[in-house]
This record gives sequence, structure tokens and C-alpha cells, in this order.
Amino acid sequence: MARIVTFSLIRFAAMVSKEFTQMRRDRVTFGMMVGIPLLQLILFGYAINSDPKNLPTAILDNDRSVFSRDMAMAMQNSSYFKFTQAIGTEAEADELLRLGRIQFVVTFPVNFGRDLARGDRPVVLLEADATDPSATSNAVSAIRQAATDAFTRDLTGPLIALRPANGPVELRLHARYNPEAVTQYNIVPGLMGVVLTMTLVIITSLAITRERERGTMENLLITPVRPVEVLLGKMLPYIVVGYIQMGLIIIAAMTLFKVPVIGSLPLLFLVSFPFIAANLGVGITFSTIAQNQLQAVQMSFFFFLPSILLSGFMFPFQGMPEWAQWIGSVLPLTHYLRVVRGIVLKGNTFVDIAPHMWPIGLFLFASLGLGIKRYRQTLD
Amino acid sequence: MNPSPPVIDVTGLTKVFGHKTVVDHLDMQVGRGEIYGFLGPNGSGKTTFIRMLCGLLRPDDGQGTCLGFDVRTQAELIKPHVGYMSQKFSLYDDMTVRENLDFISRMYGVANRSAAIDRTIGRMNLGRFRDQLAGTLSGGWKQRLALSACMIHEPQLLLLDEPTAGVDPMARRDFWDEVHKLAGEGITALISTHYMDEAERCHRLAYIAYGHLLATGTVAQVVAAEGLVTYEIAGPQLYGLIDRLRGLPGVEQVVAFGITLHVSGREADVLAHSLAPYAAPPLTLRQIPSNLEEVFISLMRKAVT
Repeated sequence: MARIVTFSLIRFAAMVSKEFTQMRRDRVTFGMMVGIPLLQLILFGYAINSDPKNLPTAILDNDRSVFSRDMAMAMQNSSYFKFTQAIGTEAEADELLRLGRIQFVVTFPVNFGRDLARGDRPVVLLEADATDPSATSNAVSAIRQAATDAFTRDLTGPLIALRPANGPVELRLHARYNPEAVTQYNIVPGLMGVVLTMTLVIITSLAITRERERGTMENLLITPVRPVEVLLGKMLPYIVVGYIQMGLIIIAAMTLFKVPVIGSLPLLFLVSFPFIAANLGVGITFSTIAQNQLQAVQMSFFFFLPSILLSGFMFPFQGMPEWAQWIGSVLPLTHYLRVVRGIVLKGNTFVDIAPHMWPIGLFLFASLGLGIKRYRQTLD
Repeated sequence: MNPSPPVIDVTGLTKVFGHKTVVDHLDMQVGRGEIYGFLGPNGSGKTTFIRMLCGLLRPDDGQGTCLGFDVRTQAELIKPHVGYMSQKFSLYDDMTVRENLDFISRMYGVANRSAAIDRTIGRMNLGRFRDQLAGTLSGGWKQRLALSACMIHEPQLLLLDEPTAGVDPMARRDFWDEVHKLAGEGITALISTHYMDEAERCHRLAYIAYGHLLATGTVAQVVAAEGLVTYEIAGPQLYGLIDRLRGLPGVEQVVAFGITLHVSGREADVLAHSLAPYAAPPLTLRQIPSNLEEVFISLMRKAVT
């Protein structure tokens, strides 16, 4: 039997031109092909910064001398620290750290200036929110440099002898919430939000698209069923799926990664509801826009990419430029990560995390509202 | 024949997609218990028209009622009483026959669901496929399941969009027997089809092309109204004749029909004159009644020109 194995340039060219024609027709896919690389380029190139600077820092200055101010200035000049507030008590410092408002608290002891002048090497305490170790490490080395730099100018002339070989001040670092700087402690609870975002958005985005693609939508629309019944009916099963995923991740976090769970798990499950629902809302909205299942998956990735990169999951949120933080603040994952890390690692209570809940709630209503509005009861 | 108000009574129904008018000011009246055949070439607007009747598409113009409810504003009231069967199988392939019927009957709020499903399965002989996935059924059985699903809520009106496309003759006959039985119970059916034998089984017909209604009435009325005269030519070497016949005055259609040719035209005298030379042996020429297909093709050609 003769087999034809020759390569036909005509057939090949026909194939190529057919692919291009179809690509051109499928606007969404085409948009994704251009959009995803651009998005990645912008996010990786500009927004992501594994050497975050200008981290919000509170200053607790018990000395109020020229020396403490000089050192604070030097810290600011290192560009790693940005003093956002001056506080008066240790309790205030704890509160701000626990709520995640600030990354660092720097404390100058009483008589800091006097001790420095005497060459007694006063202790400067730097407390860091170490839930994300990568956000703090570079800043910590910067403060050492700042301490040295600040006083080389002051300690001149007769005071030059006060420049001890090991630095004029003693730096003490408290890495709070994750003292050993175990990356998993930060990643694993965060992973819960990431996994929920990815799977739930994709699954629900397929839900309605699949009906349309298989032609079953026509049969569904002809029945007296109402849009809200369809949409909520499609969401509810996946809320259950979301909770099962959560349970699995928590068990894995506690057993495999030995993540210490300080806060209340029931609280975590409770406050996860709006987050799960918000992601389902996104998926439902996508599925009312996408023409077919492939487009639905592509749209999901389009949402997933900024979610994972701009939420503070992979890279420190504070290290991103302002515009990127602004985009990140819209995404439910950003807020949910703070909720999860707050509850699991810091033992946050409902009152502590409440400020992160309303953006999730707002997102939920917006996405679900858009989905319901876009859902067509006719085939028009 | 029926004094009750028409089940479908629409005038000027129009649908525009983009710049294309798919259904252009169509009127239709269908009485209770009538089996109304809906014919026309592909893309003529049949599906669009049916979808407008049951609220799947919103008409851009025109008005009327379906089952006494306004087609523009009361789609939600029409839906519970309509059984719609789409051209493409639109039940769930990954659910069993029973699961599909159960889902549909829940959607319509059918009372005594389990009994209604059993009754439907029994009536349509679907018993042995009860627990089989719908996607694994053959074409004919899928179509039976789809028909079951669209009558499980005991609708008053069936809108069937090419329900028998791709189904073998035996299954089609069963299907039509079922439709006639339902009509006997007072259920009205609007059925679109491409099959002429099916058209002949309808009480009345409508023929549409390119959004326009071209003919309505019983089969006999539609055939008579077109005034088409048809001759049959028999003999050897007929294929060589086809092109020659097509160029003759008065000849509108030449169709090979088995071992004969059917030649039709509307101008009887001109056609008779043109065909006269072909009556000589070895050929034979005789006038026959025009069939529905010839009438429809004639209608369609008129619509194009």
C-alpha cells in the first residue's frame, strides 16, 4: 500500500491561513494573546518588587533628642522606611502591627541621646510584622547602615572616640508573628485564598458558558425558571466545594506545614463566605460574557493573574507602586489574604478584620449584580 | 372548524439581527388542535419566528398573542403552557433519561412528578433507556426523549423546530402518529420541517423564505395557488436533455426523478409548446400533478428574483 508522505505546501498554507482566520474571528482569544503577555510584562516589570521600600513605619520616640531624630532621618533616607505615624505607647504599637496598618515599629528608649553620648550603646528596638519575611529582610539590614551613618556626622571632633567598632547603638530586632521567618507560614494560609480564587472563578465561569455551548441554554430559557434561580442554583454547589477546599488546605497547613493557627477557625470559615461568593460572582459574570468555554477559562486567567501578583501573595504588597496597590485593593484576594493571615498568624478577632471585610462585600455585590444584569433571559 | 380563538394570532412580527431582517412582518393564525406545518429554506427565519412566539427572542416589531398572552410583554405567562423542541438536542447529555425528565418537570412545577415521568416514559416507550445517559441515545431516541420532555408539563401548544431532522423514516412515522394523537387531545402544534411527506401530514402549511410569508393553506390550496404545470418525460439518455430543456421558454424547473424528468412552469401554454418536440419516441411526455416540492422550489425562486 502506497502511503503519501509528501508535504504539501498548499495544504500547509491553507491550514495556516485557516488558523489565522479563526483567530481573527475569536476576538476574545486574540485579545488574551495580546493582553496576557502585556499584563505579565507590566506586572512583573513594574509592579512587583521583591525589595520593597517605603514600608509604613510607626515611631515610638521616648527620647525626643537630636540623636533619635537623626537616626529616624537616616532610616527614612535609606528609603526602606516611611514614617507614617508617631505613637506614644507600646500598646498602640502592638495594635497597629496586629491590624497590619504598619510593617515596623521603631522604639527609641528614654535617654537614648544621653547613652549614645556616653558611648553606652543604647538599644534601638525594631519590631517587624514578619508574617511575610520577604517584606522585612532588606529593611532590617538597611537600619543597621542607617544607625552607623546617622552618627558618623554627629560623632566627630571630641566625640569621635564614641564610634565603637560594633556601631554606636545596639539594634534589637523583634520579628513578630513569625519569629523564625518561615516562608511557609506566610505562603500556606495565603495559598488558601489563591486556590479558592483560581478554582472557583474557573468553575463558575464555565457554568453558564457550558449550557450555551452545548445548546442546553435554549431548553433552560424556555422553562419558567428565573435568572436568580439559575445563577444562585449554579453558585450554591460551588460554595460547598469552596468550603471543602478550605478544610483540606487548613488540615494540610496544620499537619504538613505545621503552621500555627492562633486565631479562631470558626471565625475564619464564617468570614470566608463573602470571599467565596465574590469569586463565584466573578465567574458568573465572566460566563455571561464569554462565547464559549475556552474564552471563559481565558477570562478567568485574566482575573487570576493580577490577583496572584498584586494581592500581596507572592510579593510584598507594600513594596508595589501606588497604582499597583490601588488595583490590588480592588481585588478580593488582597483583603482576604490579610484576613486569613490576620486570623491564622496574628489571632485577629472579627473587629480586627472588619476593615478588610467591606471591600470584599462590595466586590461581591458588584460582581454578582453585574452577572445578574448581564444574564439574558432571551437568546437575543 | 374551531370557534375558539386562535392559539397563535400574530401580525407583523419582525426580527432584525444587525442589518439583516430575518423575519419581515409575518402574520400567522393557528387554531386550537391544528397541526401547522412551517416550511422554508434554511435561514428563512423559521427558527427565529418560533423563538419569538415563546419568548426566547424579543420581536423588534409587530404584535399578537400566543395562547391569549401578548408575545411582547407576557413571555413569562406563555412559557408554562408551551412545549418547545429546539432544532439541536438541548437536554443534558450527561444526565440519564429519567434525570432529564425529572429536571424539566421540576422546572415546570409538574404535580405528582414521579407519576408524570413514569407515564411519559411509558407513553414514549423510553422504559428500557430510563437510566441511560441521554448523550448515548441514538438520534431517533434522543428525539423521542426531547418530545417527552416538551410534553411532560402537558402544554397546550407544541413548538417543534425541525424535530425529525436526521431521524429514520420509521421513527419519523412514530413521531407523527404521536403528534396526531396529541392534536386529537386538543393540543396545537407548530412544526417546522424540510420533509415534504411531513408537510403533507399537516392540517395547514405556511411557506416562508427570506423572512417573508409566501404561501399558506392546506396542501391542496398551496399547490393550486401556485398554478404550476408539470410534465413527466420518460425515455433513454435523459441526462443529456436536462440542460437543453432548461433553456426553453416557459421551463422553470427540470428535475431528475428516478428514471424520469419532471419539467414544470407556470405558463401552461408556453410550456406545452416548448415540450411538444419531446413527445416523440423514444421519449414519452405526459402531464402530472405538481408535487409540493416543485411548488416550494417555484415559490423560493420567486422570492429570490
